[in-house]
Amino acid sequence: MSPEFGFKINKSAQIDLDKADDSLYRKICSIEPSLKLCIFCGSCAATCSAGQFTSFSFRKISIDLRRGMIKDVKEDISKCMLCGKCILVCPRNVNTRHVLFHLKKHFDENEL
Amino acid sequence: MNFDPFVLPFFLGLLFMGAILIWKYIVWMETIPVSDRRIMLRNIFTVRSFRAFKEAVMEGLLHRRIFKINRMLGYMHASLATGWFLLIVIGTIESKYGHKDVFNMPWDPIFFNYFEPNKHGIEYGKFFVFTMDFLLMILLISVFLAVVKRFYSRLFGMKKTTKLMLPDRFALYSLWLIFPARLLAESLNAAHYGNGGFMTQPIGNLISSFLSLNEIIDLEYSMWWFYSIVLGAFFVSLPFSRYMHILTEIFLITFRNLGVEPAKNLKGYTRFEINSCSRCGICIDKCQLSSAAGINNVQPAYYIQSIRYNLPFDDRAYNCLLCGRCNTYCPVKIDVTNMRSITRKLANETVGFHYDYLPDYVKHDKTEVTNVLYFAGCMSHLTPSIPKAMEIIFDNAGITYDFIDRDGSICCGRPLMQSGLTNAAAELKNKLTKLIESKDSMILVTSCPICYKTFVDDYKLKMHVVHHTELIKILIENKRLNISGQNISITYHDPCELGRGCGEYENARLVLSKIGKLIPIEQEKEKALCCGGSMSNLKVQGAKRELIAADAVNQLNANNPDLIVTACPLCKKTMAKHADGKMMDIAEVVADALTSKDKENNYYIESLNFHNK
Repeated sequence: MSPEFGFKINKSAQIDLDKADDSLYRKICSIEPSLKLCIFCGSCAATCSAGQFTSFSFRKISIDLRRGMIKDVKEDISKCMLCGKCILVCPRNVNTRHVLFHLKKHFDENEL
Repeated sequence: MNFDPFVLPFFLGLLFMGAILIWKYIVWMETIPVSDRRIMLRNIFTVRSFRAFKEAVMEGLLHRRIFKINRMLGYMHASLATGWFLLIVIGTIESKYGHKDVFNMPWDPIFFNYFEPNKHGIEYGKFFVFTMDFLLMILLISVFLAVVKRFYSRLFGMKKTTKLMLPDRFALYSLWLIFPARLLAESLNAAHYGNGGFMTQPIGNLISSFLSLNEIIDLEYSMWWFYSIVLGAFFVSLPFSRYMHILTEIFLITFRNLGVEPAKNLKGYTRFEINSCSRCGICIDKCQLSSAAGINNVQPAYYIQSIRYNLPFDDRAYNCLLCGRCNTYCPVKIDVTNMRSITRKLANETVGFHYDYLPDYVKHDKTEVTNVLYFAGCMSHLTPSIPKAMEIIFDNAGITYDFIDRDGSICCGRPLMQSGLTNAAAELKNKLTKLIESKDSMILVTSCPICYKTFVDDYKLKMHVVHHTELIKILIENKRLNISGQNISITYHDPCELGRGCGEYENARLVLSKIGKLIPIEQEKEKALCCGGSMSNLKVQGAKRELIAADAVNQLNANNPDLIVTACPLCKKTMAKHADGKMMDIAEVVADALTSKDKENNYYIESLNFHNK
């Protein structure tokens, strides 16, 4: 009776940047323009407090956001502790905490 | 009964103001919690009432705290408040005495000279005439100063003065006109009857030299009208303008002295605080966002204004380092930091982070018993030399310790709390409490003042919590650590959370004075500067933070000390890049100054001594 039995085709993991939904990215950029400066260097990921326990990091959020992977962002975002280590190590002075705070606020106020 | 239609603007204005004030105060008092009211009732017949009275005189009239901050400004406020108060008191006595009637009308003291120009039968009439003239002169001088201050605030040592709203302007301009109007009315009166005091008489004589008696009488009558109208205008606008502080401050002082604590919402006591703000603008200059980073529209004066008039906040609630310098300088002692936390909380109640992924910490039977638990804190992991120095100190003092976050920290939750995310912070607090209580020890040492403040205030831990400055002080006093003095000069930077937050100023100073020569600076202890790195500010941009840090280092460097020492990893991290290698944490300094230890750890002070030789 298991419907799982048999073969199936994985959903494509390809991301088409031309079709990516960057509405949230643009919304957050209008609140915190310094997000545009992110170069995905990973300094924040290296120091992240939540990153010790999960795959969460600001870098991941930033990449997912730009690629329009909003569901992934939504899943990850609640893990942040807002401790602020990422902001201190960021070589590009991205105001990471403000970005994370508004992302969380966005998801809590508008259900996807 | 003396009456003339011109008393009506004044009298109706006074009635209107009285009605609005009574209504407002009753509504606000209603929202003070019953427990606080009980406390007040219990304390009302104690010495606290005298203290309240004394403070009301010292602050409400003499403005002592403003004097301490800025003498010119203090003189202006003190002369205006005390002068006007005495003018009212002495005017009332004069009129009651003059009429031989204790229950005369409220307008009698104000327009006394119109109704009783010759003061027949008043003993000491000369005394009253002189005193009223003298007080009027004092008031005119302070109004003159106020006008000058509005246009050239720099003359008063203020870089910025508060921008005003419409009701404020209305009240301000009527206030400026009140005393010149009184002077003219009194002088014309003096010209009319050929009397007057040392100021009104010469002016009256001057007027009568080019006006005929009839003209003088007409002009005098219209001047009394004008005087009454500006007084009325001021009274009508008072409850809606910043001058609301005049009376509200007295309530606030009374409540505070009777033992009411700052509230946890924007009602009751906080409402009185909000309305006690006179927007004097002292906080604008003292705020480092303004003085170092050029952000001039978020300071307490404007922030409280937004709450009071229900204006959109924009970033006034968030763009704040919560360093607490404004609380130190506020002449009314309004707890703005508390108020900001409340607003943030109210705005973000629905925003919740979740930490289910954190492991469950359970206490094992075989948990090792240690002297202390050491919790470095998030920020200390960015300055690894601080935990390292602490380990040297523990080893040297022969203390067994359990470094509970050696492999990285869980946040203590204070940054969340200060962003208003109370629920998320509580979740972290539960996790961290479990982690701490799964260990076996009596003392928790932390290197981070932010964690320390939270552990002390919000965590109900069953152990003694100390910041490492306190631990080091105790160890040195008990001769567990032997340190050798060096020939160096040190300036100590008070971290906000440890100093203003927890009131610990002396521990670090005691330790440092044993190591080198402690050089005091102007802005220290309660007035200490913020490093600019505060996690309480979500909004401020990195570049602005750098400006604040550079400015703070500049001021710490004023006496060119060999070392700038702080006790906070965040301060160190933020300021080190501007400090030319002079910035150290107190733990590192102490670890360097230990007499018996591995020589290789002694990298900094030795090299400094080498240079000095």
